[in-house]
Amino acid sequence: MATRAQPAPIPITKPSTQMGDATARLGTMFFAGGILIITLIIVGVLMEKSWLTFSKFGFGFLSGTNWDPNNEQFASLPFVYGTLLTSFLALLIAVPLGVGAAIFLAELAPANISSVLTFLVELLAAVPSVIYGLLAIFTLVPFMRDYVEPGLAATLGFLPFFQGQIFGVGYLTAAIILAVMTFPFIISISREALLDVPRDQREAALALGATKWESVWDVVLPNARLGIIGSIFLGLARALGETMAVTMVIGNDPSIKASLFAPGYTIAAVIANEFAEASGNMHLSALVALAFVLFLLTMVINGAARLMLARTARKNA
Amino acid sequence: MRSVNLNFFYSQFQALHDINLEIESNKITALIGPSGCGKSTFLRTLNRINETIRGANYTGEILLDGVSVLSQDVTSLRRRVGMVFQKSNPFPKSIFDNIAYGPKVNGMTAKADLEVTVERSLRRSALWEEVKDKLQKPASALSGGQQQRLCIARAMAVEPEVLLLDEPCSALDPIATLKIEELLFSIKDSTTIVIVTHNMQQAARVADKTGFFMLGKLVEFDRTETIFKNPSKKETEDYVTGRFG
Amino acid sequence: MTMSPRTRWRYAVNNVMLTLTALCTISTISILFFILGYLVVNGISSFDLAFFTQLPKAPGESGGGMANAIIGSALMVGLASLIGIPVGFLGGIYLAEYDGGWFSNAVRYAADLLNGIPSIVLGIVAWNLLVVPMKSFSAWAGGVALSLILIPIIVRSTEQFLRAVPNSLREGALALGANKATTTLTVIVPAARRGILTGIILGVARIAGETAPLLFTSLNNQFWTTSLGQPTASLPVMIFTHAISPYDDWHRQAWAAGLVLLTIVLLANITARFVVSRNVG
Repeated sequence: MATRAQPAPIPITKPSTQMGDATARLGTMFFAGGILIITLIIVGVLMEKSWLTFSKFGFGFLSGTNWDPNNEQFASLPFVYGTLLTSFLALLIAVPLGVGAAIFLAELAPANISSVLTFLVELLAAVPSVIYGLLAIFTLVPFMRDYVEPGLAATLGFLPFFQGQIFGVGYLTAAIILAVMTFPFIISISREALLDVPRDQREAALALGATKWESVWDVVLPNARLGIIGSIFLGLARALGETMAVTMVIGNDPSIKASLFAPGYTIAAVIANEFAEASGNMHLSALVALAFVLFLLTMVINGAARLMLARTARKNA
Repeated sequence: MRSVNLNFFYSQFQALHDINLEIESNKITALIGPSGCGKSTFLRTLNRINETIRGANYTGEILLDGVSVLSQDVTSLRRRVGMVFQKSNPFPKSIFDNIAYGPKVNGMTAKADLEVTVERSLRRSALWEEVKDKLQKPASALSGGQQQRLCIARAMAVEPEVLLLDEPCSALDPIATLKIEELLFSIKDSTTIVIVTHNMQQAARVADKTGFFMLGKLVEFDRTETIFKNPSKKETEDYVTGRFG
Repeated sequence: MTMSPRTRWRYAVNNVMLTLTALCTISTISILFFILGYLVVNGISSFDLAFFTQLPKAPGESGGGMANAIIGSALMVGLASLIGIPVGFLGGIYLAEYDGGWFSNAVRYAADLLNGIPSIVLGIVAWNLLVVPMKSFSAWAGGVALSLILIPIIVRSTEQFLRAVPNSLREGALALGANKATTTLTVIVPAARRGILTGIILGVARIAGETAPLLFTSLNNQFWTTSLGQPTASLPVMIFTHAISPYDDWHRQAWAAGLVLLTIVLLANITARFVVSRNVG
C-alpha cells in the first residue's frame, strides 16, 4: 500500500468521461417519438388504403351483407357479425370459468400453490395462436361434430341457435377456442384485482359471520369489480382480433346464420385468407377497410379496459 | 458555504422562508427541528438535488466559497458537496464498485488509482477491516449500519469539501449510530459537515453549531452549547427541552 | 351443536361454490397439459433429424423437414429484435427517466394503442409499407411486421421496471456528481436489468409464435431463402399451411413443427420466470 503511488486528486472541472445529458435525452426522445410516428403511420395507412372502399360503398359497407370479390361487391356485416358473435360467446364461457379460477387462486389456494398455478395460466397465455388452431382442427372439431353439437341439437334443438346441419367447424367451435385463449387474461388480471382488495374488507365480512363464499361474493368481488370488468374487456379485445385459431375452425363462409353450428367468418379470418391473393385494388381496399373496422373496434374496447384498470389502480393507490 | 435570503417552493407550497445561514468550514453543523420543518429541504438545496423534483424552485442565493451554486456545473458542484441519505442506498453492485463509482464518473479511470482510493475511503470510514475480504460481494449483503457507512465511504471517495447527511442514523441501532458519529469526528478535519437529525442528543454530541428550524423558518442558529443550554428563543427552548409537540 | 336449516344451506352453498372455483382452475390448467401431451404424443413420432436439416417434401411424399422454416423464423425474429429491442428499450428509458408532459403521455398512449392492434392489422400495414414498394414478399417485411408487435411490449416493460427502481438510487448517483445520463446508464438500468431482460425474452417469445402478420409479408417458401428480399418460410406459417392441408404426411410435419415451436416458446417463458424470481428472491 505504502509503495503504491497516490492517485492524482480528482479534478473538479466538469468531467469529460460522462455522456452528455442533452445527447442522452434527445437520443432516447428520438426513439420514443419514433413510436408515436409509427402509430400515426399505421393509422394513416389504414385510412388511406380503405378510403376507396368507404367512398364507393359508404355506410353500405357496414350494413350490407354481400361479399363478392368476383363482382367487386364488398360489405362487411357477415364478418362483423361473426367477429362479435364468436367473441361474445367466448366471453359467456370464459368469464365464469376465468373469474371462478381467479377466485380460487386469489382467495383459496395457499400462496405457493397459487403462484405455481398462476404461472401455468401465464404459460397458457403464451401458447401461440396457430398451435391452438392446430389442436382444434384435430381434436375440438371432430369432438364438436360427433358429440357436442349432436347432443345440443337433441336437447336444445327447439332453439334456433342449435338447429341445422352440423359441420364441426363454425361459430360455436370458434367461440370455444377463443374462450380458451381469453381466459388466461381474465384469470391473471382478475386475480390481481382480487388480491388488491384490502384484507380488512374480508376480515370485516368474516367477523360478521359470513361464510368464506359469502365474504367473496358479497364483499371481495364488488370491491374488485372494476378490475374484473377491465380484464374481461382486455380478453374481449384479444378475442376480436384473434386470427389464426379462428381462421382454422370457423368454416370460412361469409353469411349470417342464426345457428351456432353454421360455418361463419370473422374479420381477421377473411383478411388472413384473402389478402395475399386479393384480386385487384378494390378487393385489397375492402380488406384494408375491414382491418380498419377491426382496428377501431379493438381500440375502443382496449381503451375502455385501460380506463377501468387505471381507475382501480388509482383507487387502490 | 452559506445561504442568503433563501426561499424554497414546491410548486405553490413555500417550504423555506428567508433562510440566512453560514456553514463554517471544517466544523460540524447540525440542523434540528420537528418533521416537516424544512431542514431536509434546506440540506437538499445545498447540492441542488432538489432540482430533480418537479415544481421545485427557489429564490435567493446559495454560495460555495463565495460563488453561487447555480452558476456552477451541477455535476462538479455535487462532486464538491457530497450527500448521504436517510435510508442507505447502496447501488446493486459490489462493495468495490459502490465506492469506485464516484471517482469513476468523475474521471478516474486507472484501476490502480481506483484501488488505492477505495481502500483509503474504506479505511477512513472504519469499514476496511470488516469488508476487505469481500470487496467483490454485493453491497446489499452488508448489515444496515455497514451499508450506511459504505454510503458515507462512497461519498468520501470523491473527496468532497462539504458532506451533507440527511438523518443518516434514523434507521440504525445505537451501536451503529455511535460508529457513524465517530466516523464524522474523524473526517471533520478535512471536510465541512452538515447533518440533519431528529435526534437532539445526536446534535448535542457531534455538532459545533446547531440550527433550529420550525415551519420553514430558521428560528435560531448558534453554537450547539448555546442552543441546548441557553437558547435565546422560546420556541427553541420548548423544542430542546421536549416541551414541543 | 345443531345448525338451523338456513345455516346448513349457507354452508352447502359455500362448499359447492368453493369446489366449483377449484374445478374452474383445474379445467383451465388441464388444457395446458392437454396441449402439451397431445403435441408430444403426436409430434415425437414424426420427429427426426431430417426435420431440422431437410426442406419440406411435396404432398404425398413422406419424410422431409422444415429446416428452411426454422432458419426463416430465426432470421425474421432476429430482424424484428434488431429493430424492436433498441427502439423499445431506448423509448422506455425516455418514458421512465424523462417525463416530458404531453409528449410522454402521447407516446405512452401510442404504445398502448400499438399493443392493442390485432397482429393481422399490423401485417397489412407492413405489406403496404414494404411489400408494395419492393414488389415482393420478403423477410424484411416479415421482420418489420413482427417488430411492430415487439416494440410496444418492450417499451412498456422497460418503463415499468425502470420506474420500480427506488428513487434513492437516482439521488445517490446524482449526489456523487454523476449526471442524469450516467446515472441512468450505470445505476438505474443495471438495477432494473433483470426485469428489462424478462420483458425482452417474453416479447421475443411472443413474436416467435406469431403467424398472422407473416401471412402476407414474408408469405411462405418451400425452399431455402437466399436473400432477405425473398419470400421466406417460417415455422408458424408452415404449421398453418400444413394443418389446413388434406395430407396426412403434412399433418405429421405440422405436429412436429408445433412441438418445436411450443417448446421454444414455453422454454423462453420459463427462463424469463426464473430471471425475475431470482431478482425478487
